[in-house]
Amino acid sequence: MRIPVSWLKDYVPLATPIEEVARRLTMAGLEVEAIERTGGDWRGIVVGHVQAVRPHPNADRLRLVTVDTGKETVEVVCGAPNVAEGQKIAYAAVGATLVDGHTGKPAQLKPARIRGVVSNGMVCSERELGISQEHEGILVLSVDAPIGTPLADVLGDAILDIKVSPNRPDCLSLLGIAREIAALTDVRAVPPPVEYPESGPPVGSLAQVRIDDPDLCRRYTASVIAGIRVGPSPQWLVDRLGLLGQNPINNVVDVTNYVMLEMGQPLHAFNLREVHGGTVVVRRATQGEKLLTLDGAERSLPGDALVIADTERPIGLAGVIGGLRSGITEATTDILLESATFDAANNRRTQAALAIKTEATVRFEKGLRPELAEVALKRATRLIHEVCGGTVAAGWIDVWPGREQHDPSVMVTRRKLAQVLGVEYPEHQVEKTLAALGCTVAFTTDGWRITPPYWRSDITIPEDAAEELARVIGYDTIPTRVISGELPRWIPNPRRDVRERVRDALVACGMQEVVTYPLTTEESMARVRPPAGPKPLRVANPMSSEFGALRTTLREGVLRAVARNTHTWRGPIALFECARVYLDQGEGLPQEREMAVGAFVGPRQATHWSGGVAPVFDFFDARGAVESVLETLGIEAEFAATAEDATFAAGRYASVAAGGRRLGVVGEVSPDVLVAIGCDASPVAMFEIDVDAIADLIASRPRSDVQFKPFGRYPESVRDLSIVVDQNVEAGKVLALAKRARLVADATVFDEYRGTGLAAGKKALGLRIVYQAPDRTLTSEEIDRAHSSILRGLEHEFGAVLRS
Amino acid sequence: MANPSSTESLESLRGRALVELRSASAEELDAWRSKYLGRRGAVTQLLRGIAEMPVEERRRFGAAANLLREEMEVALANRQAPVAGRARIDVSLPGRRPQTGRLHPTTWTIRDITAAFGAMGFQVVEGPEVEYDHYNFTALNIPQDHPARDMWDTLWIDRIDADGKRRVLLRTHTSPMQARVMETSRPPVRVVVPGRCYRYEATDATHEWHFHQVEGLAVAEGITFADLKGTLYEFARRIFGSDRKVRFRCDYFPFVEPGVDMAIDWKGQWLEIMGAGMVHPRVLAGVGYDPEKYTGFAFGIGVERVAILRHGIDDIRQFAANDLRFLSQF
Repeated sequence: MRIPVSWLKDYVPLATPIEEVARRLTMAGLEVEAIERTGGDWRGIVVGHVQAVRPHPNADRLRLVTVDTGKETVEVVCGAPNVAEGQKIAYAAVGATLVDGHTGKPAQLKPARIRGVVSNGMVCSERELGISQEHEGILVLSVDAPIGTPLADVLGDAILDIKVSPNRPDCLSLLGIAREIAALTDVRAVPPPVEYPESGPPVGSLAQVRIDDPDLCRRYTASVIAGIRVGPSPQWLVDRLGLLGQNPINNVVDVTNYVMLEMGQPLHAFNLREVHGGTVVVRRATQGEKLLTLDGAERSLPGDALVIADTERPIGLAGVIGGLRSGITEATTDILLESATFDAANNRRTQAALAIKTEATVRFEKGLRPELAEVALKRATRLIHEVCGGTVAAGWIDVWPGREQHDPSVMVTRRKLAQVLGVEYPEHQVEKTLAALGCTVAFTTDGWRITPPYWRSDITIPEDAAEELARVIGYDTIPTRVISGELPRWIPNPRRDVRERVRDALVACGMQEVVTYPLTTEESMARVRPPAGPKPLRVANPMSSEFGALRTTLREGVLRAVARNTHTWRGPIALFECARVYLDQGEGLPQEREMAVGAFVGPRQATHWSGGVAPVFDFFDARGAVESVLETLGIEAEFAATAEDATFAAGRYASVAAGGRRLGVVGEVSPDVLVAIGCDASPVAMFEIDVDAIADLIASRPRSDVQFKPFGRYPESVRDLSIVVDQNVEAGKVLALAKRARLVADATVFDEYRGTGLAAGKKALGLRIVYQAPDRTLTSEEIDRAHSSILRGLEHEFGAVLRS
Repeated sequence: MANPSSTESLESLRGRALVELRSASAEELDAWRSKYLGRRGAVTQLLRGIAEMPVEERRRFGAAANLLREEMEVALANRQAPVAGRARIDVSLPGRRPQTGRLHPTTWTIRDITAAFGAMGFQVVEGPEVEYDHYNFTALNIPQDHPARDMWDTLWIDRIDADGKRRVLLRTHTSPMQARVMETSRPPVRVVVPGRCYRYEATDATHEWHFHQVEGLAVAEGITFADLKGTLYEFARRIFGSDRKVRFRCDYFPFVEPGVDMAIDWKGQWLEIMGAGMVHPRVLAGVGYDPEKYTGFAFGIGVERVAILRHGIDDIRQFAANDLRFLSQF
């Protein structure tokens, strides 16, 4: 809401500088997002007092003016005919920026000697100040303008741009903000006058009002003004509406808008001649009912919409927009002025259904108090009488069905205040603060019964009153205390624990974590050819087509991140993401599964002076990362060649499993996928791990997933073994056999060789086997026997022959 | 077929030789040299045997044996002469760095935040990102047709229930977990909830449609606004240091009363990092807690905002851009 300070001053004296007012409003919950200044750059220009005017010794048309600037007394040469002793004028010191009288452009005021006399600054015209084109004489200020104050404070205006939260419809008004400022700066707000002369016939003889649906209209008040002249509004009214960006329409409509901006109550004026039977009926729309609204649109009304009707048909959409037929035109002479309280939720449903948002709906949807309707009606009636003439009917119509049950008061106990705020304010401070906000405060044995003022619809429970006290007295006065007391029972969160350990393990592998958007498109995900799964959930109102679906795979995002970096990053690229995929389950919420995907491309190490050219990442880097992660979690992974995942290049990927459970996949990305995703670099090695599956696996085992294994105290013996096998024999199986053998503490593959010296279809494997016994030093003979036994096993199982 | 045990492996030779060298006295060093590296030494013998090996084995074995010889010579030199006597090295050359990995700044900002609250007894829980409007709004005292729903521009899932209504959305804040946590536990409650959130929002340097929050909730007998304030100040002190300016002002969220906005000084302006407040009695009553007995506070911290403040990041969009030139700085 834009609040012009010049208008605000009608309702509250501003004894505090506006920046400080803005700060206090912000601290108290009404955030001032900006202070907009109007007027020129008037730095260095102040209110001066003309003490004496003498003729210039060397020029007939010039005069020497003695000006008191508040700080000093100076002599200025002036050519204006209207300068006179005793005036308050705008004095510009040397250095101030003024509009040059000849060029019309801003220029800095320089020291000058005019016809032999030094002029210390200047007395300004309106043109020089950039206010108007007037240049014949100087600008004469009001006699009570304080000498020495900046001109901006006297002539300029400031507009506070205030963010009003939905609980404070009262602050969508000048008066509401004025009341806040009054409470915060300890002054009194002055509401505008609402009295007017009633010289017409009794209102009841001119119009009647009936509420058929009191659940949607709590109160309806109306006045009748006859014999008015509809026409353009006076300038002051046009100017003020203009400050808030509203265009003038005609004097009647402008007054209703003015009072809405002033008091926060939307009003509506009907042409009484178009109200059939002089009777207003407030009721729900009937099936198929239509209304031609003020904006010229023919609208079909939703069945739940509340309409203002006459005895025959709707004449307005209650609290949303008026009907065109009953609108005010130049020809209108008699009007019925409506000020009513409509149901907030219904108002919001109607505006949503018809997609109309107006200044009225913005206020009604937040809920207004029925008492406000009456005050605003009287204020608007007075102004219409003032601006449009006519005679006001005697009395006013007031239909208020639930009046007897209406009790806005709230019981606030001392105990409740202390329970919420943790501080006990002195009683007199509680009463004074609430009274300053307009509340009526009555003593009870254990606290207060407070009745919020009619403009505050948001104070309904004791906690609301607690906030009012705290925000006006100041949040800074609340003591600070770090929370203590009984701790809740510890609840383990294995899913999160595992995920964070996976993250740390991947970082320890030298990988960089990324965070990609969970929204993408089905087509984009399809480009990486992930295994078939549930169809992605779609967003009903995506911000753009590229964020239309929830991801079912992390592969796409990670590969894109890799592709993007290949253009800007020279070193190794090893990225991973730990995040959720969203798997539709047909109904209810989707399954949100924690996954980890990592990808590698480029040189394995950054360039180093000792190194030469580093080899590029391949399958075994991705596999190594997976091994490392799973080992950290105490899981021994099994890798097996597989052939059902089209993301990866045929023959260059493997499934990852443990204990019979599938945990993921690792491999080199298919060149087709790289092309589809726009990645120029290759090979790209990638893995995908199902973090939730790992969490399940760990949860199914004893609490501690990594168990200490005693290491042998007796010496180890290391023997190498070179064998030749068929190329399709998996080294992993050969190694597993060796590891299972008697007296073997550990075994590894130290070499794989294919090529010259071997028969076609054969490969050589070098095994390094570590022998150790838990209880003795092994003899050479024992080791020989064990070693031979492994070789025999390999011969039998895989047709291996010792390499000679 | 050759007996696999007939030649000693290089590995065990290496082990034996180095152990002997370590225990050798100065007078014995020459003898050690002869035994392993001399003309008839063990390593020399091994290398001689190379001629009988298959061609392709020769190269590999030769290379390994030569490496071993070099290593043993260096080891001997180290025993014979103190380090100071060796050739100078150019210490200004860059060191050999292992490839380092890093967490995303969002991840470790979340870890720092949850650790700060962890030290105050808050447990970490997590919840769904795809959520019912009941938890995202209604349970938080924002019923259907409430104007405060406009405070959260929502991305809805394209699924319409039998009654024609949309009920599933991308959570706009981590606050839905307030009701979910309280529904499944009794007071005292003290949790923090990190997670992703989504808003239908145009992006600029300080706004993103996708971001992270850490929700906090503490409910028990006797919790007051003073606890809220003290706890959040303590958080700010731990995360930003004690000299950073903090602003604590009134704000409105339908699920708290009184409500708070906390901002941190950012280049002379206030950057809001969280909304907070005392849990609204209707939220407590909605999950079956007696608001006359229990009180509590809740807060929702903007994770990226915290990271921006700590690192002087000038654009929130960097967090999902995944540019290594950005990520490698943290």
